[in-house]
Amino acid sequence: MFNYYLQLGLISLKRNPVLTALMVFGIALGIAASMTSLTLMHIMGSDPIPWKSEKLRYVQLDNWDPNQPYDLENGNPPDQVSYRDAQALMEAGKADRQAAMYKVAFPIQPENPEVKPFLALGRATYADFFAMFEPPFQFGGSWDRAQDAQHGRVVVLSKDTNEKLFGGQNSVGKIVRMNSVDYTVTGVLGEWKPRVKFYDLTNGTLNDPEEFYLPYTTTIEMKTQGSGNNSCWKNSDPGWEGYLGSECIWQQFWVQLDSPQRLAEYKTFLDNYVNEQKKLGRFPRPLNNRLYNVTEWLQNQKVVPKDVEVQVGLSFAFLLVCLINTIGLLLAKFTRKSGEIGLRRALGASKPQLFTQHIIESGVIGISGGVFGLLLTFAGLWMVRLLYKDYANVAHLDWPMVMTTIALAVTAAVLAGLYPTWRACQIAPAAQLKTQ
Amino acid sequence: MLKMSHLSKVYRTHMVETHALRDFSIHVREGEFVAVTGPSGSGKTTFLNIAGLLEDFSGGEFLLDGVDVRGMNDNARSKLRNEKIGFIFQSFNLIPDLNLFDNVDVPLRYRGFSAAERKKRIEESLTRVGLSSRLKHYPSELSGGQQQRVAIARALAGSPRLLMADEPTGNLDSLMARGVMELLEEINRRGTTIVMVTHDPELAARAQRNVHVMDGQVTDFDEEPKLRNPARDDNAVALTA
Repeated sequence: MFNYYLQLGLISLKRNPVLTALMVFGIALGIAASMTSLTLMHIMGSDPIPWKSEKLRYVQLDNWDPNQPYDLENGNPPDQVSYRDAQALMEAGKADRQAAMYKVAFPIQPENPEVKPFLALGRATYADFFAMFEPPFQFGGSWDRAQDAQHGRVVVLSKDTNEKLFGGQNSVGKIVRMNSVDYTVTGVLGEWKPRVKFYDLTNGTLNDPEEFYLPYTTTIEMKTQGSGNNSCWKNSDPGWEGYLGSECIWQQFWVQLDSPQRLAEYKTFLDNYVNEQKKLGRFPRPLNNRLYNVTEWLQNQKVVPKDVEVQVGLSFAFLLVCLINTIGLLLAKFTRKSGEIGLRRALGASKPQLFTQHIIESGVIGISGGVFGLLLTFAGLWMVRLLYKDYANVAHLDWPMVMTTIALAVTAAVLAGLYPTWRACQIAPAAQLKTQ
Repeated sequence: MLKMSHLSKVYRTHMVETHALRDFSIHVREGEFVAVTGPSGSGKTTFLNIAGLLEDFSGGEFLLDGVDVRGMNDNARSKLRNEKIGFIFQSFNLIPDLNLFDNVDVPLRYRGFSAAERKKRIEESLTRVGLSSRLKHYPSELSGGQQQRVAIARALAGSPRLLMADEPTGNLDSLMARGVMELLEEINRRGTTIVMVTHDPELAARAQRNVHVMDGQVTDFDEEPKLRNPARDDNAVALTA
C-alpha cells in the first residue's frame, strides 16, 4: 500500500500546482534558513579530528595572579602556557607525543625576482606536531626530532606558499629565505583546511592554517617573538631572556596520550610538576590543571559564538512560522479533497488507511521541500562565504547535514500534516457523497 | 441480506432534535431488486447511508448478511462495507485524476487483492459495462452515462452481494438512464441484491418491489415481488415492514 499511497501523493501534488508550490516553497524557505545557521553551528562545533581527538590533550596550568583569577566567570586556568613551562614539559617528555607551539610572522624573500617579498604567518613548533595533527603531505615530510634538537634551519611549506614560491613543483631540498635566513624545505603540505583551527584557538578560530612551519627551537634561538596573543599578570624582567623567564602566557601546548592509563599518568605528572614549582614560589593559585581533549577544548573555548546560537534559534522560529503556514495550506488542500475522502471511506477505506495515505502525501511535500530547501541552503551558505570570509572554511554542507536537511523537512511536513490529516479523517462520508 | 427492525436515527444539535428515521423496519432478501421511493426529506437517503454502513443509527436493530452491525468499530464497518457492499451515486463520484482502471481499482486496493487479481477483476468489470477499451481514459473524457457505467464497474469489481444505488440515473438523460437501468437489471439477474433510492416512479416500477418512505417511516410496500424473471421464481423475496 505504501507505493499506492506514494503514487496518490504525487498525483495530489500535481492536482493543485499553485497550492503545492506554495507549500513546498514555504517548507524549503524555513528549512534553508534553519539549515544554513545550523550548518555553521554544526561545523564549528564538530570534532575536526574524530579519529584521535580523545588522545590529543591541550595542557592548561594555572600560573596566574594570586589576587585575581584568569577567568573570573568560569574559573578556567589560562588558555596558554608560559615559555618556561612549555620548555619544562617538552624536556620532561612524559607524553607519547608533545608539541609546544606559537604563532610567528616572517618576511619571505623569494628567489624568483618576479615574486615580491611578502609577510607570511607561520607556526613555530616541534616535529611531533605533524604526527599529532596529521596534516597531509604533498611532497616530503616533516623535519625529525634531531632537527628540533639541533635547531635546524628547515621549513615545511603550505600548499599555497609552495605554489607561490615554486609554482607548485616539488620543492623538497630547495631553499627558502625568510627574514634573511635560509631554510631548507623538508616537506610541502597538501590541501589542509581544518574547519576550525583547533590546535590554536587563541589566535582566530576560523583562520586558515599557517603558511609555513619552523622548528620551535630555531625560532627561540633566533629570538623570534610570537605574533599571537600574549598575556602577562606581572612585569617581566628586561630583555629576551627576561621575557622567556616570565609568567607571560603566549604558547600552546598539546600532548598525545595513547591510553587512559597514560592520561592518568600525565595528569599526575602535571600535578607533581606544579607542586614542585609551588615550592619554588611559582603557581600561587590553587592547583587547577586541565587536560581537555579536542572536543572539550572547543566547547570550553566557546568556538560556536553566542550570536550563531541565537541565529539558529531565530531560524527555527522562522521554520515554525513556515510550518504553521503549511498547516493552513494543507487544511485547505485536504478540505478540497473531502469529496474524494468521503468516497474512499464509502469504498472501504478505514480511517487509519486514510490517515496513512495523507501523512505520506505530507511526506511527499516534505521531501520536495527538503530537496528545494537543500538547494536554497547551498545558496545560503554560498552567500555566507561571500559576505563573511572568516566563515569560508565552515560554511559548507557535509553529508550528515544533507541527510539532516531532508529528514528535518520530512519530519516538519509530517508534523504539519498531522492536524489536517486528522481533520480529513473525521469527514463524514455520507455528507460528501451527496454533494460531490 | 438486509434486515432493519424498529430502526431510528436522530440528528441532534444543541437547539433541535430531528428524527430522520423512526420505527423503520425493512427486510430485503438476497437477490432482490428493491426501489425505495419517497419525497425529498423523507429519510430515504438516511436509510441508504445507514444500510451502506456510512452512518450509525440511534436505535433498533440492523443485520447485514446476518451480521449485527450495532456497536461495530470503524475498521470492522469499513471492512464489511468493502467486502459486501457496492455503491452507485447520482453524481458518479469518480476521482477525476485517476483513469478508469485506477478508479475501479480503488475498492480493490483496500481489499488487499494481489496486483494480478486486481487487474483481472478490473478488466472483467469494465468489460461487463462495455468500457474495456477505455482503461486509460479519464472520467472527463466520457459521457455521463459512460461515467455511471464506470461507477457500476467499480461497485461490481469487488463482487459485492449488495449494491446500493442512490438516484443512479438522476444526472442522466432518458436514453442513458434506460441503458443504466438495463445494466442494473442484468446485474440483479445474475444474483446481486440491489437497493435503489429514486424519485422516479418509472424507474421504481422496474424494480421487483417498491418501498415508500415518508417522514422517516415505511408507509407503503409491495407484499410480493413482481415476477420479472421466471428463472428466479424460486428465489423468493419477502419484504416486511
